[in-house]
Amino acid sequence: MAGSVHRIASAPAHGRRPLTEPRALRWLLTGVALAFLLFFLALPLGVVFVEAFSKGFGPYLEAIAHPDAMAALKLTFIAAAIAVPANLVFGLAAGWAIAKFSFPGKNLLITLIDLPFAVSPVISGMVFVLLFGRQGWLGPWLFDHDYRIVFAVPGIVLATIFVSFPFIAREVIPVMEASGTEEEEAARVLGASGWQTFFRVTLPNLKWGVLYGVILCNARAMGEFGAVSVVSGKIRGRTNTLPLHVEILYNEYNFQAAFAVASLLTLVALVTLIIKTLVERRMARPAGNERLAEAA
Amino acid sequence: MGIAVQHVTKTFGSFTSVNDVSFAVSSGELVALLGPSGSGKTTLLRVIAGLERPDTGAVLLEDEDATNRNPRDRGVGFVFQHYALFRHMTVFENIAFGLRVRPRATRPSRDAIEAKVKSLLELVQLDYLGSRYPRQLSGGQRQRVALARALAVEPKVLLLDEPFGALDAKVRQDLRRWLRRLHEEIHLTSVFVTHDQEEALELADRVVIMNEGRIEQDGTPEDVFEHPRTPFVMNFLGSVNIFHGRVDAGRATLGPIALEVPEHRDVVAQPATGYARPFELDVTRSDATGGGLWATLREANTTAGGIIKLELTDDEAGLVQVDIARDAYARLAPAVGERFYVRPRTVRVFLTGTEPAGIHQ
Repeated sequence: MAGSVHRIASAPAHGRRPLTEPRALRWLLTGVALAFLLFFLALPLGVVFVEAFSKGFGPYLEAIAHPDAMAALKLTFIAAAIAVPANLVFGLAAGWAIAKFSFPGKNLLITLIDLPFAVSPVISGMVFVLLFGRQGWLGPWLFDHDYRIVFAVPGIVLATIFVSFPFIAREVIPVMEASGTEEEEAARVLGASGWQTFFRVTLPNLKWGVLYGVILCNARAMGEFGAVSVVSGKIRGRTNTLPLHVEILYNEYNFQAAFAVASLLTLVALVTLIIKTLVERRMARPAGNERLAEAA
Repeated sequence: MGIAVQHVTKTFGSFTSVNDVSFAVSSGELVALLGPSGSGKTTLLRVIAGLERPDTGAVLLEDEDATNRNPRDRGVGFVFQHYALFRHMTVFENIAFGLRVRPRATRPSRDAIEAKVKSLLELVQLDYLGSRYPRQLSGGQRQRVALARALAVEPKVLLLDEPFGALDAKVRQDLRRWLRRLHEEIHLTSVFVTHDQEEALELADRVVIMNEGRIEQDGTPEDVFEHPRTPFVMNFLGSVNIFHGRVDAGRATLGPIALEVPEHRDVVAQPATGYARPFELDVTRSDATGGGLWATLREANTTAGGIIKLELTDDEAGLVQVDIARDAYARLAPAVGERFYVRPRTVRVFLTGTEPAGIHQ
């Protein structure tokens, strides 16, 4: 009896050792990971800012305040400001349809939502040129009626919507599927209309998922290069977005200005990451704690 | 009349969930829909609430045809099996929801809503939990919040789907008693779905027993228990002993057991099955009474409280279960392996083949 008690008591001490790696190996693995992060992520990010300020603060401001740069910034914001709400509406509608109903073609719809992830952005741009360009299917009719889509702002917006549209739907669908339909049914029986059910029951349960999707969608919409590059025509001050403007400056060997504008995009990325982290933390927290946050 | 269901059929693809079902619930009555899973009872409840549309048939609420009425206009309260409380709202907000979503013309004032919610919280004995969120509550508390939320809109009919299904035994007992008292207080026409026969028999004024989309029997708890109309009902409402045999001209011969069955007077030589509940059998050491069979005692479970459960095997090695009172057991003082004469006081005889075979418990 005493022997078995002794064995049980000593078991954890023996059992603990194999659960972790030797100290040296732990340091090695951590070191490799950190070195990788430093060389491939932190260093390039640092270079952007070092180059941007290589000629001092004055030229940095000058490059950013240049009318072409400001026009590109404005166009980037316009494209994102249209693409994100459009994809928000689409994502919620698609999520609602997929999670709450079953209908023929549901799997096809789910597959189609992922299409922009699967297709190279350059192809996505080409599609719009082939559709709306002068030699495209709808081009002649559009030109006759004086509508400009390709090599103009509408084309850029369309391409941006296309490449950024899976993000919100992808975030919303699993959350909606997980929450099921019982709460909606309860709301209906209690007398709520369809809209009341959506705004008071469905949407509040989704809000963090939606916000997360919006952040990712916005990051992609502002940073998109390939698809926009094909449809834009790169007319300075008119159809240039920030990523395209960076490329043009770089190709003109105007490195400092290119990096100055690039630093704006980098800032957008950093802010996105910070908000994303905050939202992720909020999503992980149990809903019960919301009361404390709301009361504060 | 509170609720009338008329010839309702509901199919999902090729599966017929509810098959030409009709029944009625009087105003103020508490009715149980009892059946095994897949018997269509929950579907039927959802049809009454308007959450499912019947393929054919009609649903009348307070004598008005409500078949095509939107669930929000039916005036029903529905308590979901897993409560379906709004996760992002406090208990207070959950209960107030049905009042807050009303059109402005019929919406009570802010103060009236607050007073109403407070009185409901008191009714379900949770007035100290108004500011909590559903996930901070126990199962029994959530169930009572769900009930208060359903009652807030002053429904004409209350529908409960497996109201105690997800709760542990002790809480279930308490809530059951509490719901019975509540029903006696407010006399709301109520239908609840359950697969627990004990729950149905204890709680309901009337029990509707369903199997494979159809109603097997509809009657008071005493009625369905004492006079089961089909082998299924007999089987479903508790353990039974089954004796196979034949019926001929009003006389049943079930192995060694022979008895008169006047209700089968006109039957000529047909296979039949007899059913007797474990407490409807006498165990003695002599066959003086006749009409029974000899069996060997295999086990006596003496731990189950006031009732001792005996397991015997007859000469064909068939199992016979007998429940006897503890004092009768003490008088008999049986030993395992001893042979006893087992005589059923009551046997319900059903012709085999005319009714679907039930569950063997």
